[in-house]
Amino acid sequence: VSGRLTCDVVIVGAGMVGAACALYTARAGLDVTLVDRGPVAGGTTGAGEGNLLVSDKEPGPELDLALLSGRLWADLAEELGEAVEYEAKGGVVVAATPEGLTALETFAAGQRAAGVEAVPVAADQLHFLEPHLAPGLAGAVHYPQDSQVMPALAAAHLVRASGARLLTGRTVTEVLRTADGAVRGVRTDRGDLHAPVVVNAAGTWGAEVAALAGVSLPVLPRRGFVLVTEPLPRRVRHKVYAADYVADVASDSAALGTSPVVEGTAAGPILIGASRERVGFDRSFSLPAVRALAAGATRLFPFLADVRALRTYLGFRPYMPDHLPAIGPDPRVPGLFHACGHEGAGIGLATGTGRLIAQVVAGGTPDLDLTPFRPDRFPKEAG
Amino acid sequence: VNPLELVGAEPDPAFTVTLDGREITALPGQTVAAALWAAGVTSWRATRGTGRPRGVFCGIGVCFDCLVTVNDRPNQRACLVPVRAGDTIRTQEGTGHGD
Repeated sequence: VSGRLTCDVVIVGAGMVGAACALYTARAGLDVTLVDRGPVAGGTTGAGEGNLLVSDKEPGPELDLALLSGRLWADLAEELGEAVEYEAKGGVVVAATPEGLTALETFAAGQRAAGVEAVPVAADQLHFLEPHLAPGLAGAVHYPQDSQVMPALAAAHLVRASGARLLTGRTVTEVLRTADGAVRGVRTDRGDLHAPVVVNAAGTWGAEVAALAGVSLPVLPRRGFVLVTEPLPRRVRHKVYAADYVADVASDSAALGTSPVVEGTAAGPILIGASRERVGFDRSFSLPAVRALAAGATRLFPFLADVRALRTYLGFRPYMPDHLPAIGPDPRVPGLFHACGHEGAGIGLATGTGRLIAQVVAGGTPDLDLTPFRPDRFPKEAG
Repeated sequence: VNPLELVGAEPDPAFTVTLDGREITALPGQTVAAALWAAGVTSWRATRGTGRPRGVFCGIGVCFDCLVTVNDRPNQRACLVPVRAGDTIRTQEGTGHGD
């Protein structure tokens, strides 16, 4: 398709968040075009684990978004659950020491007050939830609301269900503006797409799209590796991770941080995360990162010592300085909306983000207050 | 055409290994997959979903389709593992972990 095309909304980025924005804006009755320079799920979406988590979020705007998103995922699962490998498997966060457990239980009490189901699990009850966990752990908290999808399938099926026009392999080179500065579409390497609304759902590359519209948005890449084992009969039932994962996610350090996150998949392999480091878009393999993942996972599940790792993959989380995504209209450019910067939580937070974007694009009141997610909340060029 | 003649190969003496208890002959330097192919075996795994037959697909260690159990260790890539005298090779069902 070359030449001009006119629609109501152009969404830039066919990852999970762009797909969810397409679904909810299309279901609000708008004519939507989704454009991506690569394929569907070709960026961070295709490099993740598909976590839909409430367990790792402290009370606040991100948790509110996670709870809204979890309800929307459960609704979508009625339609698409099998196809996107939706599993309401629950999460188990374990503490190795009594001090760690006290901190975890305090954290969980705060989450409960905010609407999270968080059930303390005594050490001697842990093996009922996870029979193969290492002995000697201090205790855990069970989060039944934590779920999982296969992210690439989820993005693809949401795009299909949206009925939006999908243009892949097409690079946005310019955000078109009217004389008074409002958005009027995008220019691509194969023709213009005209629309009064442009949604920046470019994930880790959201800063580049924002720059095309003349605004700054401080999205930075935060690299993560995932280690994939040989397929096994189901031995890890939940998403299981160590309590220090929460601190790692919230850390601002650029150095390598790893905390074990272990989960089985519908297909059989066990996925082992999670490493975090800010090294730009460096795609080279890191033995220290992967070795730390393997060691951490084996501490949680000793049987993994005899399991073969088949491969690793890596991706770049869209990191924001305050760990909150940018969602909503950009007051600096009328017609420009952002839906990016979800760091490692973009799959889980995609549905809520899509719903909120659809509501504000249509001029309605969003389900959540968007103030904490304002795209212009950062001091100009701090970094 | 015999590939050994084609390249003028003079391999060291052949040895035997077993596939599901049956003796087959292999040459030093062959991979498990090459030995199985030379013995006329092209499938040695059943997929974990529907039990479909699998053997070599890419042949270069990338696709993980040729997985086989060698000396009681499942999920070895037959196209990469060198065959050794006395190896016990078993066809693999599903994950190879007895599920």
